[in-house]
Amino acid sequence: MTDQNTPNVSGPNLPEPVVKRRRVNASWIWLVPAVAALIGLSLVINAWRQQGPAITISFQTAQGLESGKTVVKYKDVVIGKVTSIRLSQDHGKVVVKVDLDKSASDIAVSDSRFWVVRPRIGLGGVSGIDTLLSGSFIGVDVGKSSQPQTDFVGLEAPPSVLHDSRGKSFTLQSGDLGSLDIGSPVYYRRIQVGRVASYKLDDNGKGVTLQIFVDSPYDKFVTTESRFWNASGVDVSLSADGLKLNTQSLATVLAGGVAFNDAPGPHPDEKPAAENTTYTLFDTEANAMAPPDGEPRYIVMRFDQPLRGLAVDAPVEFRGINFGRVVSIRMDYDEKTNQFPIYVGALIYPDRLGRVHTKLEAIAKSRGDSDESQIVTTMVAQGLRAQAKVGNLLTGQLFISLDIVPHALKATDYNPNARPLQIPTIPGSFDKLQEQMAQIVDKISKIPFDAIGNNLNHTLADLDSTLKQVNGDLLPAFHETLKGANKTLSAANQTLGTANSALSADSPLQQNLAGTLQELQRMARSLRALTDYLNTQPSSLIRGRGKDAPLPDTGTPAAQPQQGSKP
Amino acid sequence: MSALPRAHELGLIGCHVCGQVCRDNQLLDPACPRCGSSLHRRKPYSCARTWALLIAAFIFYIPANVLPIMRTVSLGDVDDNTILSGVVELWVKGSPDLAVIVFTASIVVPMLKFLVLATLLLSAQRGTPWARRQRSMLYRLVEFIGYWSMLDVFVVSLLTALVQFGFFSEVAPLPGVVYFGLTVVLTMLASQSFDPRLIWDCKDEDD
Repeated sequence: MTDQNTPNVSGPNLPEPVVKRRRVNASWIWLVPAVAALIGLSLVINAWRQQGPAITISFQTAQGLESGKTVVKYKDVVIGKVTSIRLSQDHGKVVVKVDLDKSASDIAVSDSRFWVVRPRIGLGGVSGIDTLLSGSFIGVDVGKSSQPQTDFVGLEAPPSVLHDSRGKSFTLQSGDLGSLDIGSPVYYRRIQVGRVASYKLDDNGKGVTLQIFVDSPYDKFVTTESRFWNASGVDVSLSADGLKLNTQSLATVLAGGVAFNDAPGPHPDEKPAAENTTYTLFDTEANAMAPPDGEPRYIVMRFDQPLRGLAVDAPVEFRGINFGRVVSIRMDYDEKTNQFPIYVGALIYPDRLGRVHTKLEAIAKSRGDSDESQIVTTMVAQGLRAQAKVGNLLTGQLFISLDIVPHALKATDYNPNARPLQIPTIPGSFDKLQEQMAQIVDKISKIPFDAIGNNLNHTLADLDSTLKQVNGDLLPAFHETLKGANKTLSAANQTLGTANSALSADSPLQQNLAGTLQELQRMARSLRALTDYLNTQPSSLIRGRGKDAPLPDTGTPAAQPQQGSKP
Repeated sequence: MSALPRAHELGLIGCHVCGQVCRDNQLLDPACPRCGSSLHRRKPYSCARTWALLIAAFIFYIPANVLPIMRTVSLGDVDDNTILSGVVELWVKGSPDLAVIVFTASIVVPMLKFLVLATLLLSAQRGTPWARRQRSMLYRLVEFIGYWSMLDVFVVSLLTALVQFGFFSEVAPLPGVVYFGLTVVLTMLASQSFDPRLIWDCKDEDD
C-alpha cells in the first residue's frame, strides 16, 4: 500500500526541513497550573486567615435578616456576615449563624450582646433610619469578659447602655413601672443625663426594680442624698398660689422619664454615690423631697358618726402635719349599742414628725418600753383624739386629724395592749359646728319675743303722750320767747343804722373832723418853720429876731434872697 | 490494509503555516524550508500542554464560583452575587430565560469544556479507537463554544461601565470575575493546544 503511494507523494523535488533552534520545552507549560495552584492556595490561606470564629445568635424573629447579606456591624464597621438562618429545634426561635472576621474574633465573649438594628419609631425618637434603605444589620455591643462564647441569645431591642459608655448604673425600687420603658430619659435639672437601662418585676411580684444608667460626667451628681422620682406625665396642682402645671419635657409627658435631685437642705457629708446604689423611685417630686417616711405603723380609729367624704388615701395629720394616710374604711355592727360604727385604718409614718419621733423614741427606750405604745397611752390620757375634719368645704372631703384636745372626755374604749392601737375619737369639727349651731338656734327659739313686743308697745304709748305734752305746753311759750327776741334784734338794727349814718362821708361829724385836721396840719407847718429858724439862728432865742429876717409865717428865709438875686 | 495512508507512513511532513510538504528526515527540530516556521507532525507536547492548561483552568474555576463576581448597589442595598447566586436570583425574580442563559454560559459551558477536554485527552492518550468521529465533533463543539464563555465577564464589565449612578444604583466587579475570565482564557488555550489529530492516531481496527 505504501509502496504504491510513495512515488506519488515523495517526489525528488520535495525539500528537506531545515534545523531550527529548539523551542520552549513543553515541561514549562506545567508552570501555568502551578501558578494557578499557588494563587488558589493563597486564596484559601487568605480566607482561612481571615476566618474568625463562627457564632450563633438566636432571635425571636428573622425579620430583616438575610443569609449571606446581612452583616454584623460594630461602630458601623462590618465585622461579620450572616451565613445561615434556620429555625431552632423547637421552632420557637430563629438561629442565625454568623461568620465573624478574624479581626473581630475577640468580640465573641460571654457578655457581648447582639441585636437587630431595624428602623424604630418610638415616643422617644426615631432610630435606625439608614436601615430603611440598606436593610437591617446586626449590631453588637462588645463585652469586656475574656471568656469566649459562641452561642448567644440576641436582644429584641437595642440595649440602652453599651459596655463602652462611661457612667454609672443605679438601681431604683418602685411600686410600679408607671409609663417608663427601656430607654426612658433620666433628667437632672431638666437636662437629660441618662436613661432607663432595664426593668424587671421583683421575684415576689410586689414591686419593680429598674436599672438606670447615668452618663459620665453627670454621674457624679447622683449622691448619697439624691432622690429619684417619676417625672412622667403632667403634674397639675391647685394651691393657694393658683394653678400650677409642672412637667419635665414634652417627650416625658408622652414617654415618661425619671428625674433626680438632691433632697432639700444642706448635706455636709454627701458624696457621689457608688455604682449600683439602690434608691427608691417616688411617685412625685413632692414625695421624693419629703423627709424619709421610715417604717409605717398601723392604727385604727372607731367613728360613730357617718364619714361621708372620707376616702382611702385621705391624709392623717397630727397638729396639721401630714404624717400618714387612710388605708381602709370598714363598717361594723355593734350589737350592744345597736350602732354602725366605722373603723378607719391608717398607716402613719412617725418619722415624718422629725424630732418629735426621735425624742419620743429616746424616752421610750430610756423607760425600757418595747415600742412607743406606752407614750401613746400617756398622750391619750392627756387628750390625744382623732377627729374627722373637713378638708375642703366645697367637696366636703374629710381628713383625719390627731390632736391633743383639752378637756376631752375620758376615753373609755382605749386598750393600751391592743394591736393595732385604737386611737379614741371625738366627733369631727363639722359635727361639732352643727351641734353648736343647733344649740344657738335652740337658744334663739327660747327668747320671749311676744313679751318683748308687748313691752315695747307700752313704751311707745308712753312716749306718745309725753310728746303730746311737749307739743301743747312747751311750744307756745317758746313761740313767745322767739317774738321777744325778734324785737330786741330790730332795736339793735336801728342802733346800728344810726351809727352807720354818723360815720358816713357827708356827715357833719366827718366835716368837722376834716377841718380840725387841716388846722392841725397848718399848725405843724408853722412849728416846723420856727424850728428851722431856731436851727439856723439859735441866738435869736436870746437876742430876738434879726432885722432883715424874713417873716416867720410863710416861705423860707433862704428863698427870698435867691429869688431877689435872679433878676 | 484498505485504509488510506497517513503522512508519517509516507515519510512526509506538512508545514502548518504555508502548506509546504517536506520529506520527514527525522530531524530533531525541523523547520519549514520555505517559511521558516517549525514543522511537526503533531502539535508538540499537545497532551501535556492541554492537561496543564486544563488543570490551571479548573483551579481558577473554583474561586470563580466561590467568590462573588459582581456587586450591585441599589438605594443603599448592597448585594454581592456569585455566579450561582446570580442565577438563582434571576430565576427567583422572574427571569428564568435569563437565568438559563447565564447558567448555560457560566456553569454548563465551562464544565462541558472540562469534561470534553479531559475525555479527549484520556482517550487520545490511551489511543483507543472508540467513537473517533463523535470525539472529533466534540472537539469542534468545544472550539466553537469557547468564544461564548466570556458572557459573564462581558456582562460584568458592561454593567460596571454603564451603571454608575452613585447612591441610586451602582455595579462593581469583584475578584470572582477575574478568576472566571482566567478560567475561560485557559480553557480556550487548552482546547487550542489539543491536537485533534491525536484522536485518530491509533491502530485502525475498524477500517
